[in-house]
Amino acid sequence: MNSIHDMGGMDGFGPVVREDDEPVFHYPWEGRVYALTRVVKPWLRGRRLPGFRFVLESIPPADYLRMSYYERWFHMVVTRLLAGGLVAGSEVETGKPDPDEASPALLPPEDGSLGFALLDLEVQARFAPGDRVRVRNLNPRGHNRLPRYVKGRLGTVVEDYGVYALQDSDEHGQLPLDDPQHVYSVRFEGRELWGDRSGARDAVYVDLWEEYLGPA
Amino acid sequence: MHDHRHDHHHHDHDHQDVPPDISLRVKALESLLVEKGMVDAAELDEIVDSFENRIGPRNGAQVVARAWTDSAFRQRLLADSTAAIGELGYLGGQGEHMKVVANTPAVHNLVVCTLCSCYPWPTLGLPPTWYKSSAYRARAVIEPRDVLREFGLQLEDNVEVRVWDSTAEVRYLVLPERPGGTEDMTEEELAALVTRDAMIGVARVAAPQGSDS
Repeated sequence: MNSIHDMGGMDGFGPVVREDDEPVFHYPWEGRVYALTRVVKPWLRGRRLPGFRFVLESIPPADYLRMSYYERWFHMVVTRLLAGGLVAGSEVETGKPDPDEASPALLPPEDGSLGFALLDLEVQARFAPGDRVRVRNLNPRGHNRLPRYVKGRLGTVVEDYGVYALQDSDEHGQLPLDDPQHVYSVRFEGRELWGDRSGARDAVYVDLWEEYLGPA
Repeated sequence: MHDHRHDHHHHDHDHQDVPPDISLRVKALESLLVEKGMVDAAELDEIVDSFENRIGPRNGAQVVARAWTDSAFRQRLLADSTAAIGELGYLGGQGEHMKVVANTPAVHNLVVCTLCSCYPWPTLGLPPTWYKSSAYRARAVIEPRDVLREFGLQLEDNVEVRVWDSTAEVRYLVLPERPGGTEDMTEEELAALVTRDAMIGVARVAAPQGSDS
């Protein structure tokens, strides 16, 4: 998805503002949102839901920039609970269970999902360290992990990180997680990405699923 | 409706304009999920407490100090970061597959997540707000030297800057250079010198006070 979350290389955001002795959470509600997103996970499994990254990336750009980090997460967890039929909109408003709503049930995980972790699967690797590769110009409407600043650019594979399920969603945010592929660390020279703006010796390393890459 | 308490963070849109009712909306959601039997409030307390008090950059600092004092560990750490960090017990969610990159006099490493906020939770805890800010995510890949200069780190032109954009499931930790003047320090004393920022790559580890190097 080509939206505002894909910010690498943009100008105009000003300096990086730091805070001395920053607390882990600035307000108690931030910690609650963070923890809620973790504990509801078992309830979301096995349901047809948009993935959490898809939901975050679908926030309209102006709203995305206006919202704080944990506001986005709150929006994300509510959106996914609603989509899974685990809560009703009226319940979210009132904070009270509606007696007419059925109690949610834990479901077994969907068959065929390979998850997000490193997989112990034998899959043929198309590339090897040292190979020159050109990133494909892919522009799906769903979620993927291909930052636009490397599309079409030449890089060099430096390491094969092993096999992971492709994390791309469809245009509705559904994640099949059924396509195991090698993920590679790919080095891009700064000048290839940014021209003269980059230092001559500088480089960016990006982790890319095999289908994002083509031969140089 | 804007909250201007954070006006001094003029450019940082990632941490302002919190609607005044967000804490009430979150409270309502929590009590709803508790009443539905989906969430145990004590479990939420435990998660918050773990990140406020136990899981943080002190863990990563132990990894760094071990690497500085035990060359065999350092070799294992750079060859198979996940296994070596596992020896110290710092694996877990958002740190299942780790890659440690070592700074040297010739190479400086910097970690970013341009697409979101990926960060090695078991070794560094949750990321600071600046790491999640639009400015850092946008700029670290295109002008890392300018970003580092703002953090007070001026690199020589002949130092190669490597920026690691965490776009997949591998999480990165920078192994900073051990500062001079620390030859007689214990592993624990060394760990106390190591900062979160040095393990993200926006700072060096400073020599201890009183050291002449």
